[in-house]
Amino acid sequence: MVSREAVNCEQVWREISNYVDGEVDSGLRAAMDEHFQACKRCTSVLAGIRNVIQLYGDERMIEAPAGFGRRLEKRLAQNVREASGWWPSWSAWLIPVAALALIVGGLQLAKSPTAKSPTAEAPLKSPQAQPGHNIPPDLVVLVVEGTKVFHVAGCALIHDKDKVQSLTAKEALEKGYTPCVRCMRKYLETASAGRARFGDETHVDADADGEDPRAGGGQ
Amino acid sequence: MAEPNVVLNNPEQGNATREQDLIARVQCGQNELFYELVKPYERRVYAAALAILHNETDAEDVAQEAMLKAFVNLRQFRAEARFSTWLIQITVNEALMRRRRERTVVMEGIDDRRDEETDYAPRDFADWREIPSESLERKEVRQKLAVALASLDRKYREVFVLRDVEQLNIQETAEVLGISVASVKTRLLRARLMLRDLLAGGWEQGWFSRLPFEKGSKPW
Repeated sequence: MVSREAVNCEQVWREISNYVDGEVDSGLRAAMDEHFQACKRCTSVLAGIRNVIQLYGDERMIEAPAGFGRRLEKRLAQNVREASGWWPSWSAWLIPVAALALIVGGLQLAKSPTAKSPTAEAPLKSPQAQPGHNIPPDLVVLVVEGTKVFHVAGCALIHDKDKVQSLTAKEALEKGYTPCVRCMRKYLETASAGRARFGDETHVDADADGEDPRAGGGQ
Repeated sequence: MAEPNVVLNNPEQGNATREQDLIARVQCGQNELFYELVKPYERRVYAAALAILHNETDAEDVAQEAMLKAFVNLRQFRAEARFSTWLIQITVNEALMRRRRERTVVMEGIDDRRDEETDYAPRDFADWREIPSESLERKEVRQKLAVALASLDRKYREVFVLRDVEQLNIQETAEVLGISVASVKTRLLRARLMLRDLLAGGWEQGWFSRLPFEKGSKPW
């Protein structure tokens, strides 16, 4: 077997990290092995590097501040609740009731001389656009490329899941996105009670399997 | 009734199966299980954020933000990736964004991205003995190691933490940090050699133990 040319200490130091990681070719490895047998200094360097890797790779070296896990769990719990709490399963029977109430209320409001058009409010980009109220600014929300509505995770009205981006609610509002009438309902209820576009609301309510209200808006 | 004919002798395999199960459940809407899914990695996520930001308060905040991002993006997670690597990737991205926003880069020197062109020569060549891992039981030792790591320049610290603490491979480390594989190797070499020298000095001061090393021998 043809052995590779011998390597000196400087060459060994340059490659010693790759040697430990198995990132040197077999010829260089053999030459370095040969060098280590004869050189106490390089053997010391090799052993020291292995010590460094072993010590820092130990689980016990990864420490977080006291209470870190508890604080993380709390923050996750808050946001996870926001994301999942919008549609409690026990209230599914309320869907048709709420839809009916909204239809009736909408008809009555439409007749009212004091009813205002939502377009009288600040300009909004979505046909479903309504201003959000009391939405926690750091609530993580999702937007889908090409749309103007933001959602919480799990909303059935998110269709193109490959084009989803996450933002905070504050960022989404600043960029002109508006809250989804379905998953952001609880933030819209109070504010929109007197001027909501009941036709759209009714459509969403009646369509519990997640049809996009925009798709049905013109029908 | 007989037990299911599934025997998981390998604890890691068992953990991986459990992790896949948790991921699938959260993806299907059992959001309350998310913390259980990420809990094994919470300290790793914090350590990655700290390596980038060098500030405990920011690191904790970014670690939390990263976990929230992971939660909302979990549906996009693909099983062929390692979940831990995916989490670390999100964390590093968040931390890098935070750092860019706060312009701390300026504080650490404008030459930070350039790799050193001169080789680093080790300084200490004493005989070596293995440091027993029991020494890590001592808080004092862990603190000394943490201080040595914190003293490295940012570019070396980042690569070292991702590779040797977080156990990403070289390719993953390069991808996560957005640098070349060659840069990862160069920085890793220097980080390891520098830490070795820093800790060799510590050995002189008896950090690692009252262990019965032979006369004249050191672990470095």
